[in-house]
Parts: sequence; structure tokens; C-alpha cells
Amino acid sequence: MRLHPATTERAVVTLLWAMAGITICALAFIIIFILAHGLPHISREFLADSPRSMGREGGIFPMIVGSALVAGLAVLIAAPIGVATAIYLTEYTREGRLTAVIRFGADCLAGIPSIIFGLFGFVFFAIVLGMGLSVISGALTLTLMVLPTIIRTSEEAIRAVPQAYREVSYGVGSTRWQMVTRVVLRSALPGIGTGIILSLGRSISETAAVMLTAGSALRMPQSLLDSSRTLALHFYILSREGISMTNAYATASVLIIAILALNLFAYWLMSRFVARVR
Amino acid sequence: MKKDKIIAAILTVTALSAISGLALITIFIFREGMPIILRTGGGEFFLSADWRPRDGSFGIFSMIIGSLAVTAGAMVIGMIFGLGLAIVLTQFAPPSLAAVLKPVVELLAGIPSVVYGFMGVVTLVPLIRNRLGGPGLSVLAASIVLGIMVLPTVTSISVDALQAVPRSFWEGSIALGATRWQTTRMVMLKAARSGIVAAAILGMGRAVGETMAVIMVAGNSIEIPGSILAPTRTLTSNIALEMGYASGAHREALFATGVTLFVIIMILNCVALSVSRRSARERSFR
Amino acid sequence: MTQRKNGLAAFGLAAALLCLTGCKGAKNRPVNVVGSTSVQPFAEVLAQEYEKRNPAERVEVQGGGSTAGLQAAVNGLADIGMCSRSLNEAEAGQFTPITIARDGLAIVVNPANTVDGLSLEQLRGIFSGRIANWEAVGGKGSPIRLIAREEGSGTRESFMHLVMDKDRIPAGAIAQESNGAVKELVKGDPAAIGFMSLGLVGKELKALAIDGAEPTHENVLNGKYKLARPFLFAVKGAPGAGAQKFIDFVLSADAQKMLEDEGLIRAK
Repeated sequence: MRLHPATTERAVVTLLWAMAGITICALAFIIIFILAHGLPHISREFLADSPRSMGREGGIFPMIVGSALVAGLAVLIAAPIGVATAIYLTEYTREGRLTAVIRFGADCLAGIPSIIFGLFGFVFFAIVLGMGLSVISGALTLTLMVLPTIIRTSEEAIRAVPQAYREVSYGVGSTRWQMVTRVVLRSALPGIGTGIILSLGRSISETAAVMLTAGSALRMPQSLLDSSRTLALHFYILSREGISMTNAYATASVLIIAILALNLFAYWLMSRFVARVR
Repeated sequence: MKKDKIIAAILTVTALSAISGLALITIFIFREGMPIILRTGGGEFFLSADWRPRDGSFGIFSMIIGSLAVTAGAMVIGMIFGLGLAIVLTQFAPPSLAAVLKPVVELLAGIPSVVYGFMGVVTLVPLIRNRLGGPGLSVLAASIVLGIMVLPTVTSISVDALQAVPRSFWEGSIALGATRWQTTRMVMLKAARSGIVAAAILGMGRAVGETMAVIMVAGNSIEIPGSILAPTRTLTSNIALEMGYASGAHREALFATGVTLFVIIMILNCVALSVSRRSARERSFR
Repeated sequence: MTQRKNGLAAFGLAAALLCLTGCKGAKNRPVNVVGSTSVQPFAEVLAQEYEKRNPAERVEVQGGGSTAGLQAAVNGLADIGMCSRSLNEAEAGQFTPITIARDGLAIVVNPANTVDGLSLEQLRGIFSGRIANWEAVGGKGSPIRLIAREEGSGTRESFMHLVMDKDRIPAGAIAQESNGAVKELVKGDPAAIGFMSLGLVGKELKALAIDGAEPTHENVLNGKYKLARPFLFAVKGAPGAGAQKFIDFVLSADAQKMLEDEGLIRAK
């Protein structure tokens, strides 16, 4: 039996919309579920105190610091390397064997699962380089993890800068580097910033790689060589060990709010960038 | 001019850091994991389902099967919903709605995997246990959680592929009297085929590699799962579960599990790269 | 080619510099306590209190597992190794074990389960797969679902040592990576049985009597309930002054009371 095209059309379109609806509802459900259980327990004390009795009481301040240090440092190291790579790929070379190798490296790195980064960071940074389970081991591991994202987004942002800008800059006698820093980077900045902020979000939500490299010490790290527990890992441990579900939900809420804020900020930056390049 | 040369040199060196990082990772994972594979000749390590670290038997066959089963399930769910969403966003939704929905889908990718796993444990696992039977922690639970997790990857790459199809293809088909679904199915999906294949393969890579969520919902038993309601252990969860304690041959075996995972991922990466290169070529021919 | 290698070296150097600049300020050299993740949270609680009372002292607590902790103590990387099981023969020769507390091992089932107690023999039968149905031990007829801990965990090692003898837990058993996850699962599944720290059982689960002895602190202390493991601090040779001071604190009445409040059983 053959259905009339219009009937099929209606059925398929309804089905597709239903699937889209289910997807959006699932997302909304996850976020609302966590926030509804967690938001009532977030207070200034919760954000500013140290945890007591393994996190059953007290707050999450050391984990906020831990997350900020590990993720912040990772992005701080990855951003200059990533942007420099993007500048090299777009402004300083022609497509050839070398760029193919560089792109291959970045693409492969992007596909490697976080547990592999964790294993590598554990052996290389923590043991071979003697950094131990520490903030710096975790940060350097995450650096490698977010590098491809920063390279790719920066490259796209730089490529989107109109060729005419570059020609005008050369026209007034700039060197290549002056052209890059004064013209290209300046107009590509919001686009590059978007990639960096998304990488920051990814670093904050990462758990497996951080667990194997930064450890899980509950206390405030005193130096970059101290172990530190991140928010995501704290949530994992609180909820899995059944230590305190209310604190687990509250920690997850802080995490989700941070991710939401970063995403919104990135989105806002991107829309500015699109407006500017046009 | 000399300054520019120096800058160019610095940039060249920096640009090599990604590939250097990849090389370092490869070297160290293999250095730690290969000895035990070579010692056992490989056959026993890959093809035995006997994983008893206390007795010195290390066989990861049941975990290879576990990873495959969970990934296959995740791809069914991720592809149906992810591609469906991509079609809605590009072909049917009004542009203003699509402009809101796309970042929302990307937000899905930003939610930490531990949150997905946790939600699976508190909502999905009891549901499966009470309605369908079995322990709840199962291939099915892991497939659904992973399916949701790979959805943003599948959707955003498919959206890019569908948007890259020239507008004239669509107009031509509509002008010939085809309905929008017929146009989508017979023209758009066909034209975007290799991009969609790349989306599927990259999604597969994410599913194979996901760790924390799977530990929480898959049950981690070391047996080849007999049904989708049976628990299973994946390669990734094997590493994360036991790494904290392992020493000696056990640690080597966990790194060897990492080597196996690494090779699977690199194969998927290379296939995805060649497919998406082909789709870029197809695009440039038009 | 050399240029690329230089880049790599420079990257490594920058990383090394970055961590050197972050190095610690002066205080007393910290006492490093490394090992069992089961002991770690308790050691952290004790360390926190100890530092509060002795502001000049610093105690660093790290996880990594019992075996790793003992290794670290051998290498001198740690002053004190934490261990959540009895030392084996080879290890006993190398260390002085100091029992800081004991932890009961509870056998837990869902409250809806009608079974209240098992003999050790029955328990071993269940966890080796020989007894596969609750009917065989006096319960309602349904298949038994085994919930175990992951390979290498101190809780599992102790369970194997105290209960299983030479028997094995079948491969089909579910493995969870924490006490809380075991608890969550048993709470929701009437057919499940698992083992976990006695202090963390709570009111939502039923802890079974073994060989007629209820799992209570008294019964562990008087030896009637046999399933208990020591939490050890292992030191190699004579501990340094800082480590000794911390150990003395841990064994003091105040600290022992704190451990009891956290659900452990005092050392003596």
C-alpha cells in the first residue's frame, strides 16, 4: 500500500517535531530536576565555607577554588598555544604537508576520550615529571584536552575576517605581524573568546581525567603541587558515596549554573562577533 | 623583517604542540600497556573473557563486547533523535526558533557527564528495574544515557552538513512538486550523506570513550551481557574502576585496556576524517 | 626537526617553572599520609582537627589505595601508609602496623527481604553462586542478585579474606565503586545482597546477623560478630617526630571518640 505523499508528510513532520520536543524536554528535565533539589540549599555559607566531615556538612569553597585553578590554568596555557596555532595555520603558511600533520594532530586529539587523557596525565605529568596528583598535573592534562577546540574555533574566527581588512592593513605598510595583531586578531577576538569560554566550560565539567591527575583531596590547595578536588568530582563522590544528597544536589546546581552562564556568555560573544564580521 | 621571521618560527613551533601532545600520549600509553599484550601474545588478552586480577588472569573480551553493545545502543538512540532534530532545525523549524534551539542543543553537550550518569541512576535505573525487570543497571540504561550524551555531537555536525547543501537543490525539488519531506529524504539527506556519516562516527567515538556516566549506570559486571537488561562493563569503566588500586601486572593490564580503547578511537577518528574530507570535496565540486 | 624538539622542551620547561614558582611556603614539613580510600575520609577529618589544635603542623592526606599507600611508605614518599585490611605476611615484615580503628563489614539486603540472618557458610554459598535463590536460605523465592565492590577495593579484599576463603565471586556479579552506590542499589532492589562498611548502613537497609550475631559495635568489640577489618596506619621503622605526634593524637581518647561518631569502632 502506498500512502499519499501529503499523509506521509504530515505523519513524518509530526514525528520529527515530537522527537525534537522530547529532546528539549529531556534537557529541561535534567536542569530543572537538579536545580529544584539543589538551589534551596545554596547559601552564602555553602559557597564560602570549607567542607566538614567529608562534605556532609559545611560548604564547597575549596572545590570552587580547585575547579577555578585547574580549569583556569588549563585554559590559560591552552589559549596562547591554540591561538598561535590558528594564526600559523591561517596567516603564516600555505596548505601543505605540515598543515595537514598539524590538523591531523588536532583532529585526533579532539576525539581521544577523557579517560585516556587521564591515564596519560597520570603517567606523564604525575609520575614521570614528578608533579604528583596535583592542580598542575590536572591543568596540563586538561590543556591537551581543550587545545583542539581552541585551535578550531580560533581558526574559524580568523578565517571569517574579511580579506579586505588584511589588504587595507598591508596597504598602509604594516608588517605581517602588525597586520595579524592589530587587524585580524582584533576583529576575530569575540570569536576566539567564544572558543576559549566553551573550553573553560568543558574543563569545569570534566571528571574522569581530573580524577586520575588532580586527585581528590578535600582541602584547600596551598600550592599548584597540592592535590585538589574539583566541583564535578566532589559532586560525583558526594552522590556516589551517599555522603549527603542535599550537598550533592547543591554542588551540581553550582556546576550547572556556572556552565549555563559560560554558555550564555559564549553565545552572546558569538552573536557580537557575527554582527561585527558582517 | 628579521623580527617577522622569528615570529614565524615561534608560531611554527607552537603549532606543532597538538601533534606533539598526540605523539606523547601515544608513546606513553603504549609504553605502559604494550608489555603485557606482548607477553600474553595478545590472543589471551583480547579473546579471553576471564578478568581476575587477583589470580593474574587478564582477558578483556567481555569488556570489548560490553563497549560494542553499549555503543551500538547509544548510536540507535543518538542517531534517531539527533538526526531527527537536525532535520527539524534545518528543514522545518522557522529560522527564529532554530536560532534558539541550536544553542540549547549545544548546551546539552556542556552538562557534565557525572550529572547525566547521576540522572540515569535516580530516574532511569529504577524505571527499568521495576517495569522491565533485571537489576536496572544494564546495557539498556547505559545506551539511553549515552544516546542522550552523543545527541549534541550528532545534531550539530548533521546540521552543518544539511546547511551546506546548496539552497538551489531544495528549490529545484520543491519546484518539481515534491513535498518538503520528500525533498528532505530524497535530496537533502542524500546530498549531506557523508557529513551525516561523519556525525555518526564522531558520535560513536564519544560513546565508546565516555566513562563516568557508564560506570554509574552499566553495572560493571565482568560477563558478556546476555540481554539488553543485563549489566555489563565497558573498556573505559574497567580503567576508571580499578586504576586507583592497581599495581604491577594489574596496572599494565589496565593500560593495555587503554591501548585497546586508543586504537579503536584512532580507527574511528581516521574514518571520520576521511569521510568528512570527502564531504568537503563534494561540496567544493558544486 | 630539532626546532620542533626544542618547542617541546620549551613547553616542558615552562610547565616545570610554573610549578616551581607555585611551591610551598615554609611551615613545618607536612606529614604525608597516603593510602586506602576507605581510611582517607576519616584521616582527613582527623587531620583537620589536629591542625586546628596544632596550627604549626601540617598533615597531607592522599588516596590511592592500600597497596599504593604501603608502597609509598616503603619508598619514603609517605610518612604513614593507610591500609584498610590486615597486612599480608610479606608486608608484616616491613611495617609496624598501628590499628587506629576497626570497621565492621555489614551484609546488607533490602528491608522487604524476609531473611534476617545467615550462617557464614550460607553467605559464602551465596557469594560464590552455589546458592542462587533466596528460597534456599529461608526467604521468598526469587533469584539472588549479587552486588560486589570493584576489584582491588579494601572492602572487597576484606570480604574475600573474611568470608570467601578460596571461593570466587562469579563474573556476573554487579560491581559498584563505592559504599553509597551499593547502598543505593540494595535500597531499590528486593532481590539484592551486598556488603559495605557497617558505619554507613543507615536505617534504609537491613544488615544481616551472621552466625547468629547481630552486626553491632558491641558484638564487633567482643568478637561475636566476626566480619570486621582493621584500619591501619603503617609506618616503616621508627616514625619521625611529626608523624609520631599525629599518631599519638589519632590514638587519643578525643580522636577515637570522633572516629566512633563517624561510625567506626574504636581500636581497643
